[in-house]
Amino acid sequence: MIASRQTIPAGGISSRAVAVFLCGVLGLGIITLAGNVQAASLHNAAHDVRHANGFACH
Amino acid sequence: MILKTVTGAIVAGAAAGLFAGLLQLAFVQPVLLHAELYESGQLVHFGAETPAAMAVWPGIDPVRDGLSLLFSMLIYTGYGLLLTAAVMLARGEEGWIGWREGLVWGVCGFIAAHLAPAFSLPPEVPGAAYVDVGPRQAWWAATIAATAVALWLLAFTRRPWAPALALVLIATPHVIGAPQPDSFEGPVPPELAALFAARALGTGLAAWSILGAAVALVGRSHSAEGR
Repeated sequence: MIASRQTIPAGGISSRAVAVFLCGVLGLGIITLAGNVQAASLHNAAHDVRHANGFACH
Repeated sequence: MILKTVTGAIVAGAAAGLFAGLLQLAFVQPVLLHAELYESGQLVHFGAETPAAMAVWPGIDPVRDGLSLLFSMLIYTGYGLLLTAAVMLARGEEGWIGWREGLVWGVCGFIAAHLAPAFSLPPEVPGAAYVDVGPRQAWWAATIAATAVALWLLAFTRRPWAPALALVLIATPHVIGAPQPDSFEGPVPPELAALFAARALGTGLAAWSILGAAVALVGRSHSAEGR
């Protein structure tokens, strides 16, 4: 197992924390947009995928 | 490190999403299109004629199927980003996970994001009776969040109360119950609805397993560079 060593600057936020935050926000945003937003064009384009992935579609 | 982590998660998610999309086109889409024939009234269950159970393969619709592949890649990219964030939180300063551990992470992601909500709100075949989408989406999101926290407690919290709280979190959404319609009025045969739900869950498990392994493999390379 290769360890990853991040240095945390004094008083700063570690790059790990920023990466976790960015991944979390981006991930939630993409899933909400692709899976849950009900705008007609988005709904129609994503229709089959929403059904197949267990999202509430209609 | 930040950019590499995010792009790595996107690559892993998009690859798993492509795999998921192809599996769905092969196994889920034919059932969905068959059900739509009943939804639109072209076929009638218990009608004057008895439709054949075997559907004729409808062929490929480039626009519709292309959009499905694109959105499958998008949704799994979202899952890949969230899974990467969760692995980073869990590992802290310890090394990144190997692909076998990635598989376990993927299966847990499937349990939280697909299996748990499906237990009370199964993947809907087109034409199924339903209530307003808002309450169902709220229930769906709350169930995923509660189950994910429960799995985290079971895996990483070494406190005597953790397993009990995890059980409560897993069970509560189903004890409360998902929003259900007042009556069942779906025109689609139950055989098709059951096959649709089973196929949707099966492809979800396969895709999440690939996603977990991919997140592990991609993350390992940037973890090594971050030394």
